[in-house]
Amino acid sequence: MISLEHYLIVAAALFSLGLYGVLTRKNAINVLMSIELIFNSANINLIAFSRFVSGDTEGQVFALFVIVIAACEAAVALAIIMSLYRILKDVSLDEASVLKG
Amino acid sequence: METLGPQIIFWAFAALMLGSAFIVVHGKNLVRSAFSLLATFFSAAVFYVMLGADFLAGVQLLVYVGGILTLLVFGVMLTNRIYNLNLETQTFQVLPGALVSLAVFVILTTVVVRTPWSQSALIEDGPTTPIIGRALMTEYVLPFEIASVLLLVALLGAAMLVRRRTDL
Repeated sequence: MISLEHYLIVAAALFSLGLYGVLTRKNAINVLMSIELIFNSANINLIAFSRFVSGDTEGQVFALFVIVIAACEAAVALAIIMSLYRILKDVSLDEASVLKG
Repeated sequence: METLGPQIIFWAFAALMLGSAFIVVHGKNLVRSAFSLLATFFSAAVFYVMLGADFLAGVQLLVYVGGILTLLVFGVMLTNRIYNLNLETQTFQVLPGALVSLAVFVILTTVVVRTPWSQSALIEDGPTTPIIGRALMTEYVLPFEIASVLLLVALLGAAMLVRRRTDL
């Protein structure tokens, strides 16, 4: 029987992998992908709690809002990366060290 | 013995999810990372189905695979020079990053294992779309509207940010 703990531990592993990506990647788009991994692990947690602990669909509504925020975040972050690329001709996070365009 | 099937599916997709997530964060090729992300999102959708969230699984596939992943691939293609065909990416601070994330994983796992979760009786499986739709239109109508406005503002802002400066 797969219990709540199984889902939580897999989500924790996914979160740690995403954190590792955010900490070690140089490319801004790759950091964005790692952030998406973290969003997904949070969503798995929300849905697992919704099924095993509260027993209703309330957590699924929250997961739906998380997906909406993730879509907004991806669009805005990619727009920022695009204008960064237009200025610097590079998307390495080391290069983006000044606010002045 | 009848519970063996879900267990096999769970562990297979957990392995697929974590393996592809590892390629996403550790692979050298950006395009390969983007396509590994597809496997991660798909495994997450399988998990949602196993947890009885059929609507969320559909949304996961539509929004993540159809929307966010396409955006990311566009981002990869547009921010690398065409002649730079290998699209390699670099890592830094690998050892501290690995140590920190390993520590986070150990702490989270300890918390998960040691906490006595108050588990309620399992709900019976059924279509969740009408329940979620009714909740969004009654109890969560204000967050729903705010999320709609947020989406609109974020997409307008994104279009504004990537506009050429000469248009101003």
